[in-house]
Amino acid sequence: MARYEVAPGVTALEKDYSAQRRMRTRVIHERIARSVLFAFSTVSVLTTVGIVSVLLFEAIQFFQEVSPIEFLTGTRWTPLFASKHFGVLPLVTGTLLVAFLSMLVALPLGLLSAIYLSEYAPTRLRQIVKPILEILAGIPTVVYGYFALLFVTPLLRMISEDIAVFNALSASIVMGIMILPMVSSLSEDAMTAVPSALREAAYALGATKLEVATRVVVPSALSGIAASFILATSRAIGETMIVTVAAGQNPNFTLNPFVPIETMTAYIVQVSLGDAPAGTLEFKTIFAVALTLFCLTLIMNLLSQWVVRRFREQYE
Amino acid sequence: MQIAENILQTEDLSVFYGNKQVVTDVTLDVPRNHITAIIGPSGCGKSTLLRCFNRMNELIPDASITGKVLFEGQDLYAETVDPAEIRYQIGMVFQRPNPFPKSIYDNVAFGPRINGFRGNMDELVETSLKRAALWEEVKDRLHASALGLSGGQQQRLCIARTLAVEPQVILMDEPCSALDPIATLAIEEVMRELAEEYSIVIVTHNMQQAARVSHYTAFLMVEDQRIGILVEYGESRQIFTNPTDERTEAYITGRFG
Repeated sequence: MARYEVAPGVTALEKDYSAQRRMRTRVIHERIARSVLFAFSTVSVLTTVGIVSVLLFEAIQFFQEVSPIEFLTGTRWTPLFASKHFGVLPLVTGTLLVAFLSMLVALPLGLLSAIYLSEYAPTRLRQIVKPILEILAGIPTVVYGYFALLFVTPLLRMISEDIAVFNALSASIVMGIMILPMVSSLSEDAMTAVPSALREAAYALGATKLEVATRVVVPSALSGIAASFILATSRAIGETMIVTVAAGQNPNFTLNPFVPIETMTAYIVQVSLGDAPAGTLEFKTIFAVALTLFCLTLIMNLLSQWVVRRFREQYE
Repeated sequence: MQIAENILQTEDLSVFYGNKQVVTDVTLDVPRNHITAIIGPSGCGKSTLLRCFNRMNELIPDASITGKVLFEGQDLYAETVDPAEIRYQIGMVFQRPNPFPKSIYDNVAFGPRINGFRGNMDELVETSLKRAALWEEVKDRLHASALGLSGGQQQRLCIARTLAVEPQVILMDEPCSALDPIATLAIEEVMRELAEEYSIVIVTHNMQQAARVSHYTAFLMVEDQRIGILVEYGESRQIFTNPTDERTEAYITGRFG
């Protein structure tokens, strides 16, 4: 038991009493700390529950008027036109097309830059480059959107006249650039965490720097790298401004990256901006679309957790 | 001193980390197919000296050397020498077992694969594991993770991994310091068997171990701010029973270090 400083002349009984009192205050402090922390964590859980219930509530109303089968299998999305069709697939393909193309940009570049930063770059250079890369992540997405529309699209149109002013390709390239730092930074963290003893072991067997990077460091950091890929994909699926500004608002059921498309997020923006009066069926579509989007990103997140757990490699 | 043909030699070798000198003018001959131990108190530059033999010090930024290291009479640090090629011939086992987070089989096959081995890999893995006295314990789970092995088994796996590239020299940097006495004896037994075909240099802070396994012993120490001075080098029997230098005697009888 801990000893406490007490004034001279205090009897043993009084000493005990003061120790007991300290004990009691400590227990009370602990209780307060615990309930405050619990309250805060409850807030975030409740928020999530709230969002999901609103989504579900509105979406159920929507599905009372439109059959889920039509919604999930229809290939025409024209809720704002006179002849209404509620097939969400064009929005889903638009979203997945942009996500896929942007990952095609972000993954290889992000992984290669992570390998360079973690294995090749001198410490000084890494200390300079990494914060700069992270600044890229801090640029507002609307800036990226106009960068796509006003800079990348004209460049693309110089290459081919067939590319429309609003197209998936330009938005995807710029979105790829936007999520690149995320892939690079997270993958680099995972690679830096690989113990140097493993690198030494490989060098001692006659491995070159490239072999150490590709055969030891990357496989050992695989779970972290995979997690960064999946997080980046979620980000690409949920990204809104770039696609709203640069990819168009035409729900085309196509995988052609040169024509205007519309993603789920861009559609939600379009309706929220006031094209449809609140309470109408048109307005409720955004909840159905949002629920679809929510399910998609939820699946990605679960997948990411599974991957991390499945491929986690212990080092010792 | 009667010494067999030398496989490694150093001539006035000094090593610096930045401005700090950590090995001072060491001249040492390592005989072929014998076990040579380097002993000395902590921080006396034993490991650094060992790492000069396979150019591992180069991985540390601003490490530099003066003097010479010869391998089979050839200058190891000549410009035409590829460090990766050197490490292929001079293997190393580290202080803490460091198997790759891969299967037992892939750990052993790693070196041969990167060096373009074209032969029967299964056979090579088996031979290497047998030489490291690990085969019987792992033959039924070659494709299980190496990280499931005990510390002593992991260290023998690391030895097998080194043997698989068929080096001429094996450098061991305190290979038993993270192991219990039984695992240590197993490793020492493996070392004795390997000494028939390989030249082994072992750094150890365990003098009984040096006395038990090595044929030759070098004693390094720190004196007057000078780090990594070779005090005495000779046959282990003589070093441990009748050292010529009184500093050696003081160290091996436990008066310091």
